[in-house]
Amino acid sequence: MIEDLVQMANQIGDFFRSYPSQAEAAAGIADHLRRFWSPSMREKLIDYAQRDGRDLSEPVRAALALLQAPAERS
Amino acid sequence: MLMEKSKDLGTPRRGWERGLEGRNGRHPEKPVREVTVSIDGKEVSVPEGTSVMRAAALAGVGVPKLCATDTLEPFGSCRLCLVEIEGKRGFPASCTTIVEPGMKVKTFSERLAGLRRGVMELYISDHPLDCLTCPADGDCELQDMAGDVGLREVRYGYAGKNHLEAEKDTSNPYFTFDPAKCIVCSRCVRACDEIQGTFALTVEGRGFDSLIQPGPTGEFLSSECVSCGACVLACPTSALMEKAVIDLGLPSESTDTTCAYCGVGCSFHAETKGTTVVRMTPNKESLSNHGHSCVKGRFAWSYASSRDRVTKPMVRRSIEEPWQEVSWQEAIQHVASEFLRIRDQYGRYSIGAVSSSRCTNEEDYIVQKLVRAVFRNNNIDTCARVCHSPTGYGLKKAFGESAGTNPFDSVDQANLIFVVGANPTDGHPVFGSRMKQRLRAGAKLIVADPRRIDLVRTPHIEAQIHLPLRPGTNVALLNAIAHAILEEKLEDRAYIESRCDLAAFEQWCEFIRRPENSPEAMAPVTGVPAETIRRAARLYATIKPAAIYYGLGVTEHSQGSTGVMCLANLAMLTGNVGIEGGGVNPLRGQNNVQGACDVGSFPHELSGYRHVSDEKTRRNFEQAWNVEIDPEPGFRITNMLSAATIGEFKGLYMHGEDLVQSDPDASHVIEGLRNMELVVLHDIFLNESSRYAHVFLPGCSFLEKDGTFTNAERRIQLVRQVMPPLCGKQEWEVIQEIAQAMGYPMHYHHASEIMDEIARLTPTFSGVSFEKLARLGSVQWPCNERAPEGTPVMHREQFVRGKGFFALTGYVPTKEKVSERFPLLLTTGRILFHYNVGTQTRRTPNSTWSKEDLLEIHPSDAEERGIRDGDKTELRSRKGSAIMRCVVTERVAPGTVYATFHFPENRTNVLTTENSDWATNCPEYKVTAVQVSRVFEPVRHEERVNGKTAKGRGAVPVAGE
Ligand code: SF4
Ligand code: SF4
Ligand code: SF4
Ligand code: FES
Repeated sequence: MIEDLVQMANQIGDFFRSYPSQAEAAAGIADHLRRFWSPSMREKLIDYAQRDGRDLSEPVRAALALLQAPAERS
Repeated sequence: MLMEKSKDLGTPRRGWERGLEGRNGRHPEKPVREVTVSIDGKEVSVPEGTSVMRAAALAGVGVPKLCATDTLEPFGSCRLCLVEIEGKRGFPASCTTIVEPGMKVKTFSERLAGLRRGVMELYISDHPLDCLTCPADGDCELQDMAGDVGLREVRYGYAGKNHLEAEKDTSNPYFTFDPAKCIVCSRCVRACDEIQGTFALTVEGRGFDSLIQPGPTGEFLSSECVSCGACVLACPTSALMEKAVIDLGLPSESTDTTCAYCGVGCSFHAETKGTTVVRMTPNKESLSNHGHSCVKGRFAWSYASSRDRVTKPMVRRSIEEPWQEVSWQEAIQHVASEFLRIRDQYGRYSIGAVSSSRCTNEEDYIVQKLVRAVFRNNNIDTCARVCHSPTGYGLKKAFGESAGTNPFDSVDQANLIFVVGANPTDGHPVFGSRMKQRLRAGAKLIVADPRRIDLVRTPHIEAQIHLPLRPGTNVALLNAIAHAILEEKLEDRAYIESRCDLAAFEQWCEFIRRPENSPEAMAPVTGVPAETIRRAARLYATIKPAAIYYGLGVTEHSQGSTGVMCLANLAMLTGNVGIEGGGVNPLRGQNNVQGACDVGSFPHELSGYRHVSDEKTRRNFEQAWNVEIDPEPGFRITNMLSAATIGEFKGLYMHGEDLVQSDPDASHVIEGLRNMELVVLHDIFLNESSRYAHVFLPGCSFLEKDGTFTNAERRIQLVRQVMPPLCGKQEWEVIQEIAQAMGYPMHYHHASEIMDEIARLTPTFSGVSFEKLARLGSVQWPCNERAPEGTPVMHREQFVRGKGFFALTGYVPTKEKVSERFPLLLTTGRILFHYNVGTQTRRTPNSTWSKEDLLEIHPSDAEERGIRDGDKTELRSRKGSAIMRCVVTERVAPGTVYATFHFPENRTNVLTTENSDWATNCPEYKVTAVQVSRVFEPVRHEERVNGKTAKGRGAVPVAGE
């Protein structure tokens, strides 16, 4: 299941590549994950990022860092 | 008792007439000039351009007529409608004479009576006098007219030359043509030309020898005829007659309801005798179809009484066991206690539901309520996921509302029509006919589709530009068009400045102007020459209003949502949103895709597209439902299945859905279902998914229930019960009983009360009720205090989100690429006669036209592989294979092949990959790399491996497959 999640996340990351800055892309990805992914899916991905994270693209990793920030439980 | 017929005013409406104003917000754009005339001394004011016949009818005076009817342009051939007009010589035909101010008309005199009787005598001398045994007896205009003119004798006798022995054409499965009864009024010919736009009929020969002929074969079934039924409806006699009426007699009652097949949402009179449907005739008053129909809605409803229907609940402990019929009470208890057990054992998120866009708004609403209020999570998704979820996402981002912008009627104002990834003449036939009318009247046409769809060249229509792009490159093409528009400064600056978010626009300009988005850079990607892209850009940007119509060819891609946003960008760039004749208009696949999405069937949204994280919205629902609502999004279909494979999801309620058949990557679906402890299927037939179900709850066809459907133009229309449910309960009742058995109080007495609740809790629906729908015929949401009769065109003054938003739409190639092993790109589509995976239409005589799926391949690709037209071929992708017969045709470009998937032995999802839209997981059905090879018959073994349909269906034999 984690491969699916990684692939989906990277695909989301690809869309935000045309954004002008890394920061905006990361914020966009994080927002998308927050709005459309169930908490358990986000947790699995964050867990993977912390454990290994090798297959995640750079912008997605940045977005996950944002998601883990204190705002996470909002 | 026979039913009352609706009034025929003889010739079509011109301008606008008193009494129609404000109906569903259709205000006349320009006030028409009125002309006052006197008909037999009665003064009547009618719009300029009205015929004398229509003016008379409006004044309550009927003039006899045969060749005229108010759905067709007047023709003036029968000469029965003669009148006298003061100051004019002779006896003009009232159907072709236009009113003039002060005109004084006399509709009856001795002279007129004599002339009319003479005309009738001629007709009758060549007409059989077997009225009492004629199927049209009591519903025949010739009979009526004979009565009207007072025909008492026929001086010519019947011995002369006549057509009485002519042979009947019974080839069409739904209607017959009996030349003996034909009076050659050519209403059928005109209906086929003017309304349907197929031009299948002609009048052969002259004078007495003239005869109606379906071309080119002379026989209806094999002719160009698409069996829309328009000619049958227009025929004044029994020359064209529904077979069902011949068999059963004329219907005695009529109930208005809505077609359950496609997103056009045609309104029909379901005409019955007792609880037997005799025929369905299209509703002239309806704003979605204006009295037209296609073969599916008009004729293909016999599946509702198919012997394959399962009408008793069934249960089994494991999917290896045979089904056991049980009582409703037992079934509902079992479902409820199992869901409760699983939730206790595996936790709150281990159960969920999938609802269907074939079901009514009320049913979809109550299913999501079951999940959110009774299951207590947000694990609810709908099959709209696999077709139009990107539309919801993309249009919401751009405009602020997840819906198409314009009504179908608006196409009449469009001067340019841009069709992208849609095939309206097959997929949305009644709207396709409408579009063709506008195109014949002069609107320009651009088609972007890998395949040369019918619209590109059809009688009296030719697309100005066809962009035969490579499947999967929509975004590349649309970005290049936007680039060219900006480069040539063809954008609508004033519109953008006043209506759109300028910061976002500037950012977008910077992005789209990059050289990688230029037509030259995108030409090799899309396979469309740069100059053609530029021509399309110029044409689209310089003709106004320009309307975009798109379909699954845009959404079912890994960049489906991006594609929708590209279209929104183009429309805003040229100032085409919020105006009549413009807009961005999705053509929805199934009948209630729009409605299912509207009423909260997605895991992240409550009704009216409000995110579950929105405090205020949640509060409202919590108060009304008396439970706490989870503020986090739940699982989508694929997530449920993935979670099932790792043991985190255990119980699924599947309402009107067949995941195994219609969702991507069949093996993933099956693995997921196999891992569940409870799969409940609520449907009218045992389907592919039923093999993995533990409980089967029988459902109702659309003829058996009350509710509403919302079509692609946001039009909400009533579905009315025509016959009692075969299984004894409407579907919402079953769901309510499950909720009750799970301990949640739910007490609706009628579907209308569910709509009342939707209206109370959803701002865009606040003015909707069954009573209003019955009164107005239909309502387009948003319907609230500001727009009590609904909103035909959205975003008129400003966008729902305030300022229109230009999203950055970078092209990301799909992972699905051609290779040496799989050198061709397969794209998929549908044909007129079948619907979706064909569950319903295959159970009707529609199979007469199409018995199998076909593969289209370009001559050069075919030759390379030694394939000839009609050969059996094997289609292989990296996921699986299918076998079908092929058609060698230049409709598809070299490198692309095209197939339909209406038959279960060829499931699309056996071939298609797990790729999906980045934003919504809508599967990428439109792009699959394949190889095609010729197979040498017999191929029975492979067919069997591939098909696996016939076995394992359990206790109930499934006939006809
Ligand atoms: S078939 Fe019917 S509609 Fe057509 S010409 Fe004959 S009578 Fe008229
Ligand atoms: S059924 Fe429709 S397509 Fe066929 S001849 Fe009649 S009008 Fe034309
Ligand atoms: S066009 Fe669509 S809604 Fe209309 S009759 Fe055909 S299938 Fe039904
Ligand atoms: S009705 Fe006017 S000529 Fe036939």
